[in-house]
Amino acid sequence: MELSSKIEDRARIVTVGDARIDAAVAIEFKDAMRAETADGPDLVVLDLSAVGFIDSSGLGAIVAAMKHLAPRRKLALAGLTPTVDKVFKLTRMDSVFSLYATLDDARRAFAE
Amino acid sequence: MLQASRFHATLPAFPEVNIIVASGPLAARQALDQLKLALAPLSLHIDELSTVELVLAEAVNNICEHAYANGARHGPIHLHCRHHRDGLHFTITDEGMPMPGGCAPPGLAVDVDGDLSEVPEGGFGWFLIRDLARDVTYQRQGAINRLSLRMAVALG
Repeated sequence: MELSSKIEDRARIVTVGDARIDAAVAIEFKDAMRAETADGPDLVVLDLSAVGFIDSSGLGAIVAAMKHLAPRRKLALAGLTPTVDKVFKLTRMDSVFSLYATLDDARRAFAE
Repeated sequence: MLQASRFHATLPAFPEVNIIVASGPLAARQALDQLKLALAPLSLHIDELSTVELVLAEAVNNICEHAYANGARHGPIHLHCRHHRDGLHFTITDEGMPMPGGCAPPGLAVDVDGDLSEVPEGGFGWFLIRDLARDVTYQRQGAINRLSLRMAVALG
């Protein structure tokens, strides 16, 4: 599982390099997210623009990452591709997370 | 990993597909890679293909996680697909433990309206299968679990 991250202004941006967040990498993803977000700003934006497929295990891992950061810190999601977006909508997880079409949209929202 | 293919035309241009993978963390990826290759002649719309991929991933992951007890057991997972006018008919069989109570889970929508700390991290799999697939049936036949479902794509 390839994650990279940087701090920009008030947020840590974590970018997923893999094309899939599925059962094969869900635990690895959860651990890598914990490592990447061990410190830094309260706001974490997960850039999913390279991810073309997510299954329920991957979705669960993102929920786990969000719960690990809560209550003080917040996880927002950016750059959902159509297939990933569909899974969030079907499971109504789109109502749990702040979703942004692109990373720039997220940046703009948090700069305000 | 084994791959066996038999060819019986159901609709023109698309053969019957048989895929066998070994249970384990990579089973779904391996099965889906083969399935996507086999479905290529149908030129499914990306939305249709991703829906098929999602449902089959959930079905195979459930088998690995429950029937084969997260690796405590091992065995084959057999994916069979035929193309009919009302869509793709899948049968997924395994030799693991039966579904509890002899029934497939109802796959109710998870509750996302409560406190953030109570948002579930699992339980989405069967919801997605039941939401996206049609004619879902589960049977235990001897030592075999047989899950059948239809994806209403590539309608003829």
